[in-house]
Amino acid sequence: MREYHFNWFLAWQSFPRFYWGLALGLELAALALLAGSVIGIAAAFGRAFGPLWLRAAVTSYVEFIRNIPLLLLVYFAFYGLPKAGITVFDNVWSFIIALSAYSGAYLTEVFRAGVGSVPVGYTEAGKAVGLTPWQRLRLVTLPVTFRIILPSLSNTFISLFKDTSLASALAVPELTYAAEWLNVNTFRTIEAWTFATAMYLFAGYGIALILRRFERRYAVIR
Amino acid sequence: MAHQILSGLPQLLRGLGVSLEIAGIVLALASAGGFLVGIVLQYGGILLRVAARVYVDTIRGIPVLVLIFVVYFGLPAVGLRLSAFQAGIAALSIFASAHIAEIVRGGIDSIPHAQTDAAKAVGLTFWQRLRLVVLPQAVRRMLPPWVNTAVEIVKGSALLSLLGIVDLLLAMQNVVGYTFIVLPFYALAAFLYFAVNFTISRVAGVLERRFAYLKY
Repeated sequence: MREYHFNWFLAWQSFPRFYWGLALGLELAALALLAGSVIGIAAAFGRAFGPLWLRAAVTSYVEFIRNIPLLLLVYFAFYGLPKAGITVFDNVWSFIIALSAYSGAYLTEVFRAGVGSVPVGYTEAGKAVGLTPWQRLRLVTLPVTFRIILPSLSNTFISLFKDTSLASALAVPELTYAAEWLNVNTFRTIEAWTFATAMYLFAGYGIALILRRFERRYAVIR
Repeated sequence: MAHQILSGLPQLLRGLGVSLEIAGIVLALASAGGFLVGIVLQYGGILLRVAARVYVDTIRGIPVLVLIFVVYFGLPAVGLRLSAFQAGIAALSIFASAHIAEIVRGGIDSIPHAQTDAAKAVGLTFWQRLRLVVLPQAVRRMLPPWVNTAVEIVKGSALLSLLGIVDLLLAMQNVVGYTFIVLPFYALAAFLYFAVNFTISRVAGVLERRFAYLKY
């Protein structure tokens, strides 16, 4: 083993960079979860009730996104979209678009399963008291669906949070980029990656802990 | 333009070859490692079990990209020199073996305990029980998620382009870099990834239906 001189002070000095990187990562994941949920709900209902061409389109979207690497999608959003004439997004927004499209495909499956597992009796009860289809959707189906899929949503959020590390490839200043920055600028390799790893673990398991309590609170009693 | 796209095709296919080579090596290494860790998770003594649990949960708790950088930048800092290719293979194998370990543990755990008891009652040793009773059933449970892990590995191999390994993604970027044709090559690379992964996903689907009769 070669001599490696630890200098935790240098790493500690740039702690704000890591801290804000972590915050940005959580923000990116939250935005992607939000946009992905909108896509997911729309696509799930399109696949369930839409005309044949819409069902085919949704299925192709889901299967295509689920079978290509996220990094390809991220590069496409950043380098490809401007070539297609869409030049309004900077690196952060390109990444959000890519991650939203990515999470949308996974969440489509989640919402499809969730809507499918709402007991038929609920919908029938809604019909019986005279709710219109739109009211049934808004007041019965969607609230119950959200409660059923809450565990899947929190898992998706944590996995999206881990996926935000890919934003470092576009120089988005999140946690992985902070570690790369420290590594390149101070050569404090081990310190930098120890910081990043510990913060990902802490954040990931911390969020998981909080979300589990949340899930229990809103679990559907069956 | 059609001519330029055709001239870029061999590079893309070479890149695809590298991606598949990486995925193949990683799948083999991770299956062996994951199997061992999975067995330890299920049957190990308390110390071994805790160690395996910490390994699996730590690896599954950090992004695979961070793991790749830790192996690529961190190991040389402590004197272990690895090429980008070796570091990439090592990192992806560490990552995938944690996932496969969970699959193996879950598969074994899903076999009713009474089967092990029965095997004990007829006097089989531990390895005989595993080989003759538990695993033949558990492997059928493990196969579909194991094949899905293969998809994750192929997708993960794209991250190695960040270490400068010329896999399909980096080959595509190289070709784009000198032809200045962007969208068709992105589409082509996406299609190649899709073709590989979709095929693997279908295999997983077929296996799932094939073994759906196993219910306990």
